[in-house]
Amino acid sequence: MADVKPRVKIPSSAKAGEAFTVKTLISHSMESGLRKDGDGNPIPRQIINRFTCEFNGTSVVDMALEPAISANPYIEFDAQIDAAGEFTFTWYDDDGSVYTTSNGIELA
Amino acid sequence: MTFRAKKTAALAIAMSFAIGNTATAEPDLDAVLVINDELEMVTITEAPAHLEGALDQAISGWHFRDAATRRLETDDFENPAFLHVEQGLTAWETVEGTEGESCASCHGSIEESMKGLRAVLPKVNADGELWSMENYINDCRENRMGAEAWGWNTAPMRDMTAAIALQSRGMPVNVAIDGPAQPYWEQGKELYYKRHGLLDLSCASCHEENNGNYIRADHLSQGQINGFPVYRLKQSNMISLHNRFYGCVRDTRAESYERGGPEFRALELYVASRGNGLSVEAPSVRN
Repeated sequence: MADVKPRVKIPSSAKAGEAFTVKTLISHSMESGLRKDGDGNPIPRQIINRFTCEFNGTSVVDMALEPAISANPYIEFDAQIDAAGEFTFTWYDDDGSVYTTSNGIELA
Repeated sequence: MTFRAKKTAALAIAMSFAIGNTATAEPDLDAVLVINDELEMVTITEAPAHLEGALDQAISGWHFRDAATRRLETDDFENPAFLHVEQGLTAWETVEGTEGESCASCHGSIEESMKGLRAVLPKVNADGELWSMENYINDCRENRMGAEAWGWNTAPMRDMTAAIALQSRGMPVNVAIDGPAQPYWEQGKELYYKRHGLLDLSCASCHEENNGNYIRADHLSQGQINGFPVYRLKQSNMISLHNRFYGCVRDTRAESYERGGPEFRALELYVASRGNGLSVEAPSVRN
């Protein structure tokens, strides 16, 4: 899908064991499949149906998204780390596309 | 027994909602708008001299929204308008039209060349006509770029006005209302106080006499326009100022004026002048 751009905001460093906020946003129309176009034909569903976050290969968040979620889904959660490493964020589209972005983080 | 317990729990939840509503019944005038933890905005200021007897203070619409909506505007990452600002910034660099030019070809960096512009618009142009930002954009597109003009209320126009307005964020609104602007300002003022439609309402009926009161389940604001273009949660999209005017006039059950027409440009100048001194808040978030 065109115009899909994932964005992530995390601190560049964090203290071990101390919670910090992870903010993610992806531009996506989240077409619910329940709407009709001007001619009365159903607009096919196309949503992000799954979002995952991993830290150095370990699952942090694995979330199922449903059609009632609005466009440009914004997902925020808290996380903590024990070592420096890399967060990998993945969004799964109904059309099979997968959007991925990664952010490194240092230990303060 | 279990059933009764459940009912009691449901009642408790309903009561807590009721209490929650009471707590937000008044606009929160003590809240302070700080964006990205660094940019403190003027959201309440002494009303400009021409409003003597009408309003004591100019108050940004931000104060009239609930805490969750207000919070969205405090972080650009959470502010959904920034997706549209990005589109506008991309368009700024995009070559279009027969002349092979982009906005950036002439104006260079948007951060420098467009700084302060939103705060002084609309203004009277070199030909003595009152122009809004959209007029200037389309003038460039047609006459310098050889590109097609954008419709006043189209997505690319809203995105571009958001990107340009952002460059003035935090600066005080300061539209000129004297000299060549004065006849337009008078025209706008007349429109503001003129009753429209089957409901016989003027702008002032709601936004001057009743701001802070409920209209159905929502607070009436002063109708300040320092945050436009806004991201409106109701439409989950950017909303241009003239589209907002259009909706307001339509809701009085009047035949509305044209978006971008002379009436709404005059009204834009007048309403902007009611907020002289407030920070440019665009692109803001409202419900």
